[in-house]
Order: sequence, then structure tokens, then C-alpha cells
Amino acid sequence: MRAFQILIDGFAISALYALGATGFTLIFGVSGVLNLSHGAIMVAAAVAAWAAASILNVGTYAGALIGVAVALLTAFATYFAVVKPIQDSRRIPNEEKEIFVLTGTLLWGIMIQELIAYFFTNNAKTVLPIVEGVVEILGVRTPRNEIFTAIVCCFVIALLWLLVNRTRTGKAVLAASMNPRGVTLLGLELTNIYVVVWAIYGILAGIAGVLLGMFLGVSSYSVGPLTASAFSIVVLGGLGSVSGSLIAAFVVGYLETLTAYLVSPAYRTIPALLLLVFVMYIRPQGLLGRR
Amino acid sequence: MKKRLSVALRIALGAAATGAVMAASGAALAADPLKIGVIAEAQAIAGASIPQAAQLAADEINANGGVDGRKIEIISYDNHSSSADSVRAFQRAVNEDKVNAVIASYISEVVLALEPWASRLKTPFVTPGAASNEISKSVHADYEKNKYTFHGYLTSAALALSVCDGAKDLLVDRMHMKTAVIMSEDAAWTKPLDIGYEECLPKIGLKVLDHIRFSPDTTDFTPIFNKIEGSKPDVIITGISHVGVQPTVQWKNQQVPIPMFGISSQATNETFGKDTNQAAEGVLYQGVSGPGVAVTPKSVPFAENFKKKFGNYPSYAGYTAYDEVYYIADAVKRAGSTDADKLVAALEKTDWEGTIGRVQFYGKDDPFTHSIKYGKGLITGLMLQWQDGKQSAVWPKDVAKVDVKFPSFIKLSN
Repeated sequence: MRAFQILIDGFAISALYALGATGFTLIFGVSGVLNLSHGAIMVAAAVAAWAAASILNVGTYAGALIGVAVALLTAFATYFAVVKPIQDSRRIPNEEKEIFVLTGTLLWGIMIQELIAYFFTNNAKTVLPIVEGVVEILGVRTPRNEIFTAIVCCFVIALLWLLVNRTRTGKAVLAASMNPRGVTLLGLELTNIYVVVWAIYGILAGIAGVLLGMFLGVSSYSVGPLTASAFSIVVLGGLGSVSGSLIAAFVVGYLETLTAYLVSPAYRTIPALLLLVFVMYIRPQGLLGRR
Repeated sequence: MKKRLSVALRIALGAAATGAVMAASGAALAADPLKIGVIAEAQAIAGASIPQAAQLAADEINANGGVDGRKIEIISYDNHSSSADSVRAFQRAVNEDKVNAVIASYISEVVLALEPWASRLKTPFVTPGAASNEISKSVHADYEKNKYTFHGYLTSAALALSVCDGAKDLLVDRMHMKTAVIMSEDAAWTKPLDIGYEECLPKIGLKVLDHIRFSPDTTDFTPIFNKIEGSKPDVIITGISHVGVQPTVQWKNQQVPIPMFGISSQATNETFGKDTNQAAEGVLYQGVSGPGVAVTPKSVPFAENFKKKFGNYPSYAGYTAYDEVYYIADAVKRAGSTDADKLVAALEKTDWEGTIGRVQFYGKDDPFTHSIKYGKGLITGLMLQWQDGKQSAVWPKDVAKVDVKFPSFIKLSN
């Protein structure tokens, strides 16, 4: 009974982690950007969905769409207002650009976080679930919303796989992640590819944020932990490797759930962080890292 | 002759001018505002009501002529729920903005950080919402040093008593419940609360089957509810303040069949309904007052005026902050001065009927020195329940508007 419970709960949370981390790793793989405003974008999506549904009364579906749209806009704002100016700057030496992007996105994330806290308080918000009620699975009372979350996550990740591997745009993105110089030699504009990647990222982060808002709820305090969890999943899986991130998401998700059930909910995140440190020692490139 | 006259004229003019300046400065002295610094968690559900309620009280007092002709000026500072920010705000309030007294915070950790500063800067300081026993115990332990701090809200020990008193009538006598699990967040205020619960719950006939303390950072409460359900209690006794929305929403989404009863600070604010998408339905929480509950003749008018001005009913700390501005003003009036020591002496003699009951402070020899007195005829607290999207009083009988009722997923075992 408890084993099933862990299996079911762990799956939902892992799928959500996977979705959140996929976009994060995609951006790094293609453009070398570690976006530390990731958590803020997810929270912005969830709070926007909550505000649209609860304050403007637009309904659950429209609220969720508005949440994803807000994440998309915020992702574009991150790229055009923070990342691109740093990448294009002639005054910042090339070898320092990465650290500038890290700092820039971190500060940008804090700005978004403070804005959310200012306008919507720092208390948690929960998005009204699209499906309500519970069902019994293997004797475990499971909220329908939890199943919905897992299905949507898997579906979106599958869609992403199709996009990257089966479409022309996707192949260009994949090529850019392997050899950016080669892509420009083929006559493709690298900036256009980046815009596509940021758009994909925005949508993924938005969906993950709204689902998280429905499943567990978020507050402006969630910004840091969400960025940190995406970061550790991606590092564990191997920076830039989408499949590595997927595996790492499930490892972290299940490890956390096991700890919460078998040890104590208070220590939930600790074993996953220890594992991260351990992997860094013996395999610094992560589980499926390329370098 | 002409010259002499002009000298005389000049002297006369000079005298008149000096007199006028002196008169003006005298008038300015009399009209010098009474400044109260309000340091609060403006971005948190429970804290947001503090500066708003204080301002409302000041506006009312000023409209009625102020304190002996002096207006009250509220200077508020957002502390972002941080102790460090609060200490800086306290220093600024006293040293630069020259406030006469400070009202601050609903978080025990913040209040405990401010307490030594109230002593160092010799400034009377009242908290509208923190609960830790340590606040007033420190005053008792070193009275001369810490006498500037007043605990304007119930101690955790008193809160536990209040919850047990309510539970005895509602849960044990009426619903014949026998067992409970305590679920509380790990924070300074819940340590004495839990000790209080462990002591008083068995006395009223509720056996404590398990006791779960969790980190205030917890986001997924599934394992916690799962563990609680495993021990099959009749009720979950809560001690939550930093968290509130997430456990409540997950309780409803997962349809945990056990009622929640106890302290849930966020549930005291009307915005909690919206923040949880009405998942709060059925949650039973302890309060010192509530919308439409006439604890005293002042309670309902205050709550209604607050709602008119700010769009929602106040949190519990709104009621206490409102009362605090009134009894600080009253103490200044009785002391005839804003001198810190005289003000402390006057505050100690407070006997004020506010929105939460009759406010008096425990004395130097009581273990909880400067904490508000708990008991019949003073402050007893009440139990409220979220019903049909509204907060309704269910206990004690004399203020109860409705009967306890639960959403359909709650399965009462008796």
C-alpha cells in the first residue's frame, strides 16, 4: 500500500520536475545560457493563472492559458532585455559573458520575485485544478489532478521530442546545440534559433509552473528552491543533455518522495543534494553529460 | 526724536516678533504628533492587516481631536518577514524618525530579535501577533531591562488553552471525538504551543496518537497527511502560521477525511478563501475576533470599517494592532507624557475594552509579564469555521452564529 503510494506520488512529482528541467537544459544546450530566473518564470506563470482565474474570473482553462502566455512573455523579456544585450556587448570580454549572464538572470529573477510579492503578497497561491476529485488506484486515494499533471507532463515532453527530432526547426535547434558555427555556415541565423528555443522554453516553464500551482501551490518564496531544483537536476543529468535531465528528474523525484515517506518530510531534499555532491565527485559531467 | 522713536519702534517690533515666534513654537510643541512606528510583514496575509488597522485607528483618533490635541502619526515599515530588516527598521524608527512607540510583527522570531532593541533604545514596543512564550518570559526574567516590550497577543500557552477549551465543547462533548494528531510547523511559536497541546488535549479527553512537526518550507503535504491518516485520528489539531494555503488546498484536493481544528493564522484573513480557491471550506481555526462576531461592541464596527477601506476583513493581527494604537494613545494620555518609562508604567495599568475583549497585562510577578491576560471577562478567543466562503463563529455559544459543518469528504468516525 505504502509502496504504491510512493510509486504514484513520486511519478507525478518527477514528471513535473522533468518538464521544468527540460526547458532549462535545452537553453543551456543550445545557447550556453544558465537561466537563473527559471524559478521566477515558473512562479510568474502560476500566479498569473491564479490571478486570472480568481480575481478576473476568466475560468480555469483561460486562466491556465494566460499563465502559459505570461511565462512566454517573461521568457522573451529575459532573452531580449537581459541575455541578448550581454551576449551582444562588445565591452564585456567573451570569457566573462557566462558569469554576466548568470548574474544578470539571477538579479532579473529576484526582480520578478519581488514584483510578485509586492502585488500578490508572498503567501502561497494555488491554481484551481482543471480536473477535481479523487480516484482509487491500487488502493491509493489519488487526486485526479495528480494523474492529469503526470499525463500532461509526459505528453508535452513527447511533443518536444517529436519537435526536436522530426521537424526542420527542431533539427536546426539540435544542430545549433552541437555546432553553432556549423549552423551559421549553413546559412541559418543563430539568433532566430535562439528565439525559437526561448519560445519553447517559455511554454515549457509556463506549463510546468501552472501545473505546479495546481498540484502543490507556489509563492514568491518558491522562486529560489525551484531554480535550485532545476539546476541540480540538470547538473545531475549532465548539463545540456535532455535525456540526462529526464532521468535525473525521476531519480530526484523518487528520492525525495522516498525520504518524505520513509524518513521524514522535513528532510525531503537532503538525500538528493547529497547524491548531487557524490555524482560531482565521481562523474563531474553528470549522468549523461557530453564532456 | 525721530531717531529715538524709530529705536523704540524697532524694540517693540522685535519684542512682538520674538513673542510671535515663541507663541508659534509653543503651539507647535502642543501639536507635535504622537509618532507610532509600525513594522510589519506587508506582503504576508496575516501581516498585511497590521499597518492598515493601525492607520485606521490613528485616523479615527485624529478625527476625534487626537490625544490631548496631538495628532497620531503612523510611520510604517515593510520588514519583508525578515528579522534583519525589522531590526534596521526599528533603529531607523527610533533614531531618525523619532517614534514614541513601536508596534511590530506577527512572527515570533522577528519579535524576539526586536526585544533587545526595545531595551537598548528604551522604546515601548508592542507585538500584535507573535505568540512565543519567550517574549513575555524574557520580560519576567529581566524586568528592568526588558520592560519596554509588551505582548499584545496571546502567548502560545494561552493559545493552546483556547484551542483545548473550544475542542472540549465542540469536538469532545458534541461530536464525541476521542483521538487527535498534532500537526505543527517547526517554528519558535509552536514549541510552547505543542507542549500546551500535549498537556491539555488528554485532559479534555482527546488522546494524542501522533505528533508531526514539519519544516515551514514544506510544499508537498501528501506524505504528512498520509502518515496522519495511518494513525486514524478523529481530528487533526493544527499549529500553522507560516504555511496555510498549501496544506489546506492539498487537504481538500486529496480529500483527507479528517477535520482540521486549531491555530491557522492565515485562515484568519478573509483573503484566505480566494488564495485557496475556497478549499478552506470546513477549516476550523482559533481567532481573537472575526467578521460579524461581536466579541465587544467595538469588534463589528471595526471589521466593517476595515473592509470598507481596504476591501477585505482584517487578519487576527489587524484586530490587535487596531486596539494597540488605541491603548497606546490612552496610556500617553494617562501618563501625560511620551517619556518611555512613564509610558511603560501607564501601559502596565492598561484596562482597555478593545475589539478582542478586555485588554490587561500580566504584572511583574506573573511568569508571562506584559502579556495580555487570558480568561473569562478578559480575552478567551473563539473558534471560527470557513463556511460557504465566509468566516463564521462557532464557539463560544454566546457569539456563535452557526453550527459546525464539514465538506462531504470528511468522514466523522463517531
